Amino acid sequence: MSRDTVQLEILRYDPEKDSEPYFSTYEVPFNDDWVVLDAINYVKENLDRTLTYRWSCHMAVCGSCGMVINGEPVLSCHTFMRDYGDKIRIEPLQNFPVERDLVVVIDDFVEKLGSVKPYIVPKVEKTVDEGEYIQSPAQLAVFKQYTACINCLLCYSACPQVGLNPGFVGPAALALAHRYNLDSRDVGRAAREDVVASNPGIWECSFVGACSEVCPKSVDPAAAIQQTKIASTVDYFTDFLTPWRKQ
Amino acid sequence: MARSNKPIVWGLFAAGGTLSAFIFPAVVFVIGFGVTLGFYSPDVFSYERMQALAANPLGKLCLFAPTFLIIWHAAHRLRITAHDFGIRADGLVAALCYGSAAVGTVAMIYALFIA
Repeated sequence: MSRDTVQLEILRYDPEKDSEPYFSTYEVPFNDDWVVLDAINYVKENLDRTLTYRWSCHMAVCGSCGMVINGEPVLSCHTFMRDYGDKIRIEPLQNFPVERDLVVVIDDFVEKLGSVKPYIVPKVEKTVDEGEYIQSPAQLAVFKQYTACINCLLCYSACPQVGLNPGFVGPAALALAHRYNLDSRDVGRAAREDVVASNPGIWECSFVGACSEVCPKSVDPAAAIQQTKIASTVDYFTDFLTPWRKQ
Repeated sequence: MARSNKPIVWGLFAAGGTLSAFIFPAVVFVIGFGVTLGFYSPDVFSYERMQALAANPLGKLCLFAPTFLIIWHAAHRLRITAHDFGIRADGLVAALCYGSAAVGTVAMIYALFIA
């Protein structure tokens, strides 16, 4: 099928000026090799310089260009124009306040991410001179999948529980907590449990699984959360049955 | 933040879900297809045999344990499903779901171990 042009319907919104969001339609040339981000860049460069959106790497690494395209949260740099019809509808990620046009406010997520201590808490702090924390390939394989998260927030846009309960810590942050909990060099699990095993933590998840479906890096946050639920349930009953061991 | 008490109901939910996923297909086959396909005679499910199963202490346990877990699994699943459908009265839904499971549990204990 050969096409000359494609219509982009892009959601526009400036909370300081507009009473509500509206769609602007732009006619852009069709190019078989273009990802949707290329088409949006074409709009910015040639048709409307006021259009606001985030992007950086153009290679599905930075996680900046997440958008809802034809109703599905995707990375716009990772989604080819040719896979859509003559009209492509582009909206900002759902479940976040809009800062302007396709840019959303992610402060809430950044705070949640920090709350799960997404870094290695070592048993003994080493200086650089004392060398590395040694880890075997088998120990790495346990958590490697969960390190692939790029914080693009597609999972937060897809998750119905994030939409229903704004307090929910959410898929990416919980998957990263799991990643560090599984790391052989880390002893921070008990400290993370205060957030992870609370009601707004893993227990808000009802295993819809949309997070894993939209994840562009195959992190599978849904699996991470279910594995954390099992570990936390074991903790709960262990603490209950052996109260003298409780920390 | 305080740690959640959800592990109690989620533990039953997870155990019941795993059990039902593994056991129910076999149960469906044994009860639904075994006789029809001629693997054994319909007498296997006669009242006397079923009665003997339910009267045996080990039989009682084999009837009670999976059924107990599976009804608590169903209770939690229905509560979460109600939430997914946008029913916000979680306290009421939880009371109804877990209440039904509790009634079922008590009824089973009565029928199997007391009556």
